[in-house]
Amino acid sequence: METQKGNTTSVMTEEAYEYVKITIAETGESFDCSTNESVLEGMRRLGKRGIPVGCRSGGCSVCKCQVVKGEYHQHRPMSTEYISKQELEENCVLTCCIKPKDNLEVKVIGKMHKNVCEK
Amino acid sequence: MAITGVLRPGHAQIRVLDLEEGVKFYRDVLGLVDMGRDSQGRHYFKAWDERDHHSVLIRQADKTGIDLFGFKVDSEATLEKFEKDLQAYGVTTKRIPAGEMMNTGERVQFTLNNGHAIELYADKKDVGNGLGYHNPKPWGPDAERGIAPTRLDHALLAGGDLDQALDIFVNVLGFYLVEEVVAPDGMKIAVWLSCSNKTHDIAFLRHAEDGKLHHVSFWLETWEKVLRAADIMSMNDVPVDIGPTRHGITRGATIYAWDRSGNRFETFSGGYPAYPDHAVITWPVEHLPEGLDYAQRKLHETFLTVFS
Ligand code: FES
Ligand SMILES: [Fe+2]
Repeated sequence: METQKGNTTSVMTEEAYEYVKITIAETGESFDCSTNESVLEGMRRLGKRGIPVGCRSGGCSVCKCQVVKGEYHQHRPMSTEYISKQELEENCVLTCCIKPKDNLEVKVIGKMHKNVCEK
Repeated sequence: MAITGVLRPGHAQIRVLDLEEGVKFYRDVLGLVDMGRDSQGRHYFKAWDERDHHSVLIRQADKTGIDLFGFKVDSEATLEKFEKDLQAYGVTTKRIPAGEMMNTGERVQFTLNNGHAIELYADKKDVGNGLGYHNPKPWGPDAERGIAPTRLDHALLAGGDLDQALDIFVNVLGFYLVEEVVAPDGMKIAVWLSCSNKTHDIAFLRHAEDGKLHHVSFWLETWEKVLRAADIMSMNDVPVDIGPTRHGITRGATIYAWDRSGNRFETFSGGYPAYPDHAVITWPVEHLPEGLDYAQRKLHETFLTVFS
């Protein structure tokens, strides 16, 4: 069996963490997410909706969002098929690959809401 | 000999975002046998009951998806014949030298209009399944490590020109159509093709973007083992897409899940013996929900939207 590398529900296996609030800009809906799990997994685990859920591993892009407020860090590589350097600079990310550092506000831009970041 | 020409799927080469993480996943969670790494950095695996040297290669890249899908043919003469037939059809082929892929002979590669590289080869080293060819045991330790499928079974490849892929596989490579999903206007949306007695050795899905991987599939012997696979996935935080359930299409008992880089894979069992004289089974597209998930009869949105 693989030793846990914690790409999804890693809340139980890691050290200090806290809960922050993630708000989806379009709808104003929000959910609580641990600083130790991805924004997408935090949403999915609570049965919440808003960001489309796909591979949860940075490979498919359906969870693409632009972070418009708040700090986060990237804990997994994202397929460059879907996220360019420039997009990263504009805080366009795959939400399965980032963990929040504090409260975040995100705009959904994957598949259904294309091209917010593209010039 | 009944199965001639193209024998079976022989290898899939998959791109992962982190090679070491990928190796751990394919070896320890999926439970393939580690067959080593080549000088290009491709890491090789085989399913435990396969006899040829490898069936899965992974390589690190900054984009996920599939590089190529290969089929073994019955002889060098057949390889040459297919090469000529493909060229006569109007497809550009190239020869890749023996040894470019570990323990593998010359390969004939071509690219379908849907963006997928397909290759044929006649020779790959028989390393056996570890049980020997003389008074063998039925299984060994590799059959219980991780999910431990017995073989690479098929792939579902997505892209725009489904019709050309279907035409080449049926009319040049000798596959037959087993099942299909069809739109009201008669347009084929997805096709399942066999070169053997299986319900599918390859499948194609019509999709706006070319060269997309829907899934690579691995065979398990029983539904019980599919449930065991579900346990192992959850124990290892593997993101599951659909299942465990049964597909109406091909009747396989299945789980769709994603590898650590977001490439979808399937572990499945069941189906029925297919024959080239059987009438094609058609699923009008409004019945895709039960074709996909017979137990729940609902369309999982990810089936038509999530690719790598
Ligand atoms: S869910 Fe596939 S990239 Fe995030
Ligand atoms: Fe499949």
